[in-house]
Amino acid sequence: MRKSSIFSRKVLAVPYAVFLLLFVVVPLVLIIVYAFTDSDGGFTINNFTSFFSEAHNINTLLISVLIGFLNTFICLLIGYPVAMLLAKKELGFGKATVLLFVMPMWINFVLRTAATRDLLFNIGLNGGEHPYIATMIGMVYNYLPFVILPLYTTMTKLDKSLLEASYDLGANKVQTFVRTLLPMTMPGIISASTMVFMPTMSSFVISDVMGERKISLIGNSIQLYFDQGLWHMGSLVALIMLVLMSVTAFFDDSGEENARGGLW
Amino acid sequence: MNTKNSFSRFLSKFYVYILLLLLYAPILVLIIFSFTPSRLIGNWSGFSLSLYGALFKDKEIMQAFANTFLVAVSSAVVSTVIGTFGAIGIFYSKKRTKAIMDAVGNIPVMNAEIVTALSLTILFVFAGIKFNFLTLLIGHVVLTIPFVVLSVRPKLMQMDPNIYEAALDLGATPSKALRKIVIPEIMPGVFSGFILSITLSLDDYIITAFTRNTAFQTLSTYVYGVTSKKGSLPPSLRALTTVITLIALIILIIVNINSSDKKEENKR
Repeated sequence: MRKSSIFSRKVLAVPYAVFLLLFVVVPLVLIIVYAFTDSDGGFTINNFTSFFSEAHNINTLLISVLIGFLNTFICLLIGYPVAMLLAKKELGFGKATVLLFVMPMWINFVLRTAATRDLLFNIGLNGGEHPYIATMIGMVYNYLPFVILPLYTTMTKLDKSLLEASYDLGANKVQTFVRTLLPMTMPGIISASTMVFMPTMSSFVISDVMGERKISLIGNSIQLYFDQGLWHMGSLVALIMLVLMSVTAFFDDSGEENARGGLW
Repeated sequence: MNTKNSFSRFLSKFYVYILLLLLYAPILVLIIFSFTPSRLIGNWSGFSLSLYGALFKDKEIMQAFANTFLVAVSSAVVSTVIGTFGAIGIFYSKKRTKAIMDAVGNIPVMNAEIVTALSLTILFVFAGIKFNFLTLLIGHVVLTIPFVVLSVRPKLMQMDPNIYEAALDLGATPSKALRKIVIPEIMPGVFSGFILSITLSLDDYIITAFTRNTAFQTLSTYVYGVTSKKGSLPPSLRALTTVITLIALIILIIVNINSSDKKEENKR
């Protein structure tokens, strides 16, 4: 009786397991296979060599990583103090203010980005003339909430007595920040960074809309290969991103709890 | 000392509110200028609701609006059902099965959306499947299902394992114990997972663009199409922004009330 009941509960996961196998595992295997085959299905490393032999592609890769880092850094720089202030009870910001920072996530992403571009254009910043500045502004606008949320979650769980102890032991504000607060909030910082870095490089929409198609990121090149039906080249670029993803995933082992689900 | 304190308090508040203002500026400007018929934002040509009239008469936008909700609701239902049962099944599985399923289930969360999108496209091309509503639905379920599992799992862990056993001892069949005991216990998690799925699906562009039939427009693909063709947003989309912002506000308020209810319950 007991045995059969345990069995029946495990079986509930079968549809989920089949779904994951068919639509997560198999597609990823196909990406790897496609990256190393030609259109006749034969093994080749030509996709690899032809991608890296073009200076244009290497530029794209470097610019993507650079914009990814820069965006992560700026979002942390702006978002960290916000999270810190929101978590401070004495200031009395409350949950509503936190929600206000997150609400843009609920307004359609393409519409929001186009709105930002139109406003910038209106105050004299033309995305076509300053594609990098416009793209960076669009990126920060879009990813700031993703930084504030995990940092805020980490800060509300902090043991505040450690900060007081630091002051009691004679540390000043800067010392307390560097030696106590920063290390304690490191999981939140890492989790926030992984939520910004990879999506920044892969988001071809922001660079397209904000930079009027003057900037090409990794996401843009995958989208271009997709439009042309060049599945094997597209897979190769996707594989490069998969490798980058694995590297960032390695650094972030606490990510899932602090991720988007943390809001409620 | 006191004046210094109140000054830093003022600075703190100022920083947060000025940032909020900047963050909302693009949306606020669109909303304000949705009440004037001028072609571009920035020139106010008198109050009018004509853009709203134009919006609701625009068949293309209304169709995209309906499509967006159709995809969001249907994919959220599929994700919630498969994901909830998946979370329950995994919870009662052996450690190794659990670890493998969790690792695989987390791939779409960690992965760049465009890689997920391309991998699905290649699967459909490889299998010779034509792009239609089903392929789009699968794409959105892949996007949202991990979040259902992540929302349900904490509720399973909080559950007292003895009640299920007690139900069996009192003669309930396993399926009845599941329906009467486990499901009601984890319902808040299921609800969060459902709402999260809806919001992720509504907002999605990349997976939609890759896995849809090109004749099928959602709001994201429609807006992307018109912005890349005509430059600045067509005026009726300003009215659309107001409508979407209102819907977002309503969803947020519902979710917030729901979660504060939960907290009240937890206190008891």
